[in-house]
Amino acid sequence: MDRSRLIWLLFVVVLLVLVVNPLARLFWVSLQDPQSGALTLANYLTAFGRWRYVEALLNSLLVGLAVGVLGIVFGVPMAWAVSRTDMPGKGLVWAAILGTFIVPNYLGAVAWILLAGPNAGWLNRVWMAATGAGAGPFNIYSMAGLVLVIAIYSYPYVFVFTRGALDLVSSEMDDAATTLGAGVVRRTLRITLPLTLPAILAAFIVAFLEAIALFGVPALIALPARFQVMTTMLWQFFEFPPKVEVAAAYSMPLLAITVALFWLQRRIIARKGYVALTGKGGERRLIRLGRWRWPMLGWCVFVTSLSFFLPMIVVLQAAFAKAWGRGFSLDNLTLRNVAFVLVDQRATQTAAWHTFVYGSAAALIALAVALAIAYVAHRRLVPLSSALTYVAMAPFVIPGIVLAIGFYAAYTRQPLVLYGTAWILILAFATRFLPIAYANSDAAIRAINPELEDAVRILGGSRALALRRVVTPLLQRGLAGAFILVFIPATRELSSAIFLYTTGTQVLSVLLFDKSDEGNFEMLSSIGLVLVVVTVALVMLGFRVVGRDFMLRRTST
Amino acid sequence: MVAAPPASKLALRELTCRFGTVTAVDRATLALARGEFVSLLGPSGCGKTTTLRMIAGFLDPTEGTIELDGRVISAPARSLPPEKRGMSMIFQSYAIWPNMTVAENVGFGLEVRRLPRAEIRDKVDRILDVVRMRALRDRYPAELSGGQQQRVALARAIVVQPDVLLLDEPLSNLDANLRDEMRYEIRRLHDEFHITTVYVTHDQAEAMVTSDRIAVMNAGRIEQVDEPRALYARPRTRFVAGFIGRTNFLEADVRGDDVVFDGFAIPRARFADATALRGRVTFSLRPQSVHLHRHPPTPSDRAAVLPGRVVQRAYLGEHWDYAVRPKDGALQLRVTARPHEVFEVDESVWLELDAAQMSPIAD
Repeated sequence: MDRSRLIWLLFVVVLLVLVVNPLARLFWVSLQDPQSGALTLANYLTAFGRWRYVEALLNSLLVGLAVGVLGIVFGVPMAWAVSRTDMPGKGLVWAAILGTFIVPNYLGAVAWILLAGPNAGWLNRVWMAATGAGAGPFNIYSMAGLVLVIAIYSYPYVFVFTRGALDLVSSEMDDAATTLGAGVVRRTLRITLPLTLPAILAAFIVAFLEAIALFGVPALIALPARFQVMTTMLWQFFEFPPKVEVAAAYSMPLLAITVALFWLQRRIIARKGYVALTGKGGERRLIRLGRWRWPMLGWCVFVTSLSFFLPMIVVLQAAFAKAWGRGFSLDNLTLRNVAFVLVDQRATQTAAWHTFVYGSAAALIALAVALAIAYVAHRRLVPLSSALTYVAMAPFVIPGIVLAIGFYAAYTRQPLVLYGTAWILILAFATRFLPIAYANSDAAIRAINPELEDAVRILGGSRALALRRVVTPLLQRGLAGAFILVFIPATRELSSAIFLYTTGTQVLSVLLFDKSDEGNFEMLSSIGLVLVVVTVALVMLGFRVVGRDFMLRRTST
Repeated sequence: MVAAPPASKLALRELTCRFGTVTAVDRATLALARGEFVSLLGPSGCGKTTTLRMIAGFLDPTEGTIELDGRVISAPARSLPPEKRGMSMIFQSYAIWPNMTVAENVGFGLEVRRLPRAEIRDKVDRILDVVRMRALRDRYPAELSGGQQQRVALARAIVVQPDVLLLDEPLSNLDANLRDEMRYEIRRLHDEFHITTVYVTHDQAEAMVTSDRIAVMNAGRIEQVDEPRALYARPRTRFVAGFIGRTNFLEADVRGDDVVFDGFAIPRARFADATALRGRVTFSLRPQSVHLHRHPPTPSDRAAVLPGRVVQRAYLGEHWDYAVRPKDGALQLRVTARPHEVFEVDESVWLELDAAQMSPIAD
């Protein structure tokens, strides 16, 4: 019994450092006078005392709503077409959506600056060439531009959620309506859509939360457009001298909204009465679209072009161009940018190395902690193990930027100074993606029948022997997938890294963001391309090791 | 507390297990002789698996004790962990380790006991012969059928020559034919190795084929422990009578020298334990113990004969299933008859009830 108490204590300490302390410090700092340390509400008054600050908050909410709506407009028809109809080219659509998942959204923002920057953007140039007009109609540096860019990286969530729900609606339900005389339109509107509504609502919430928590895209688009959202405002509070206490106070609404909406989302998904989501799949037949097949595919290609094809084309062009503005010609081709990123420059080399090392370390730590807690919780080895579970899943509802401020507040002073070291980044990444690791570990442990361990023990083996000889070998495959799933987002994480890095601990995402000031898009694209290539390699590896569905598990956490 | 007879290998005394407010096992007392095969039989949720897991040491009792060879191995405060009990167990899921071959699975317990490699190999091969799995010794479990996995589980449990063998519904995941075969296989292995065995099942046929004695459990209690024949012929409680096979319940009042049923009476002296009968009594009468006749039979000295009428019938191949209503009273009896004993619905018949086959039960 004593040893299990020791384990329990160990986890408490780890979770305290990773989750509880940063959050507690965040609250505490927001209520503290930075000089005297006295309890005060002054930080909140500062944070919400100016119209500029409140306006940024309202802008965030507006962006979130617009992104949610646009995400549904983009994603729901595509999900319906892929799941329920005989639309051609489904494989292509799937691949493009997977591709969209793989492009870091800040790279997407860079791509869209190349596409729809005022005058010089490709779309504007094409427009001017086609119409002979003196100026193009598109300007990415606008609220609409921001919403578009965030939406094209959020609709994949809508797609995955909705498709999952649609896949569970059996054709028999449709048939039941058909026998009563309902046509395709009425069936879709009255049966299929209502049955998938909870999933769509849940996806709307996820898209909304993505949008308001995002840092990279607004920083690249909203700041040049001279407006602020919450996350960019937080960034400004951190400009020298950093006003952590104000930032902490200012992040509270963001945290509150996120927690409340995730709670709501859970409620919506858990709601009973939607038999389609609980019953058997049943037989499914595809709806014949007839002459609408091609327009439907057109829509899918249009959306995926916005999110994947066009951005990838311009990023590839810029990465291998002497000057991106000179267009697609052979004499404009060069390997200089990519070579510069990978070989020539110390800063990029170190950043690439850091990205790799920090990502691996964070994934390992997150996985070890998650696995141990999942095991302890499932086998009920210590009292109150379900509390451990909640704490391990808590970072899921903490926006990365808020977590970073918490880490900053907690570990820039005694007793534990991590700021300035690589550890603060590694631990922040580990915490941020701990829920992904936990969800995967939980599933992996759940899949191991406890009787397999009981069988070891009744034959005279200890629990340790059971762990070594049975549990560990069985977990290996699942854990390889979980490692990749944590490693991928950790290599591209920007919103927490941007607050926690120092000159010696830059990672690629931060470097890319820093270089965006210089307007050297060839270089930005090269860095982005390196990230994409690394991710694609990892995803391929994941397919090999774990199987095709492993990316989906991440979104269903 | 009553001392168990010295011969008992395994003894449960007043064993109780509570989960919060739910009492899963309620003062279960049971003693197994060395080499005895006892089944715990009952519906799901009756506490039989909980009892087994306490015997294995995976669960601690809330009250009561378990003794092995006279030594307390389970008690509320101090229980021996499962790995120190020298038992082995066959799990409902078989729990064959998918990362080890058949031979590795079977040899595991011997490895833990630090036997020399050559001896392990020898013993594993011998036991695999016994369960007819030698040819598949290097296969992985995923390549085996359900029945083969079951045999591996048996081999793995027996090869260590455990003090006690525990089986937790081992056949419930097999299809009907295989289940039939494996019942006899389990009994055959017991006859060969004489390992003291506790077998948990909800299937009465399984329990009857395999067991020396059966303990019927209901709602956490052991209601009756008996040999299969006695359990069927002389159930002591309403639950046991209803759970083991099918039966008719007959209410009666003992008045003087007669036992008075609804519509007929039988002299008290004809009953097996006549002296114990008094007041209001419920009897269990098996459908096979009622006989139908077209003409009034010559009554033997123990049986009662009364007129009745067939109200329902079903032909089930191996036998007829009749519902018959005696002429007087509101009783309706289930009667099992041989295939050639054909009666039409509404036909008048004579019922012959054997008083010796009626067993009084407690509610």
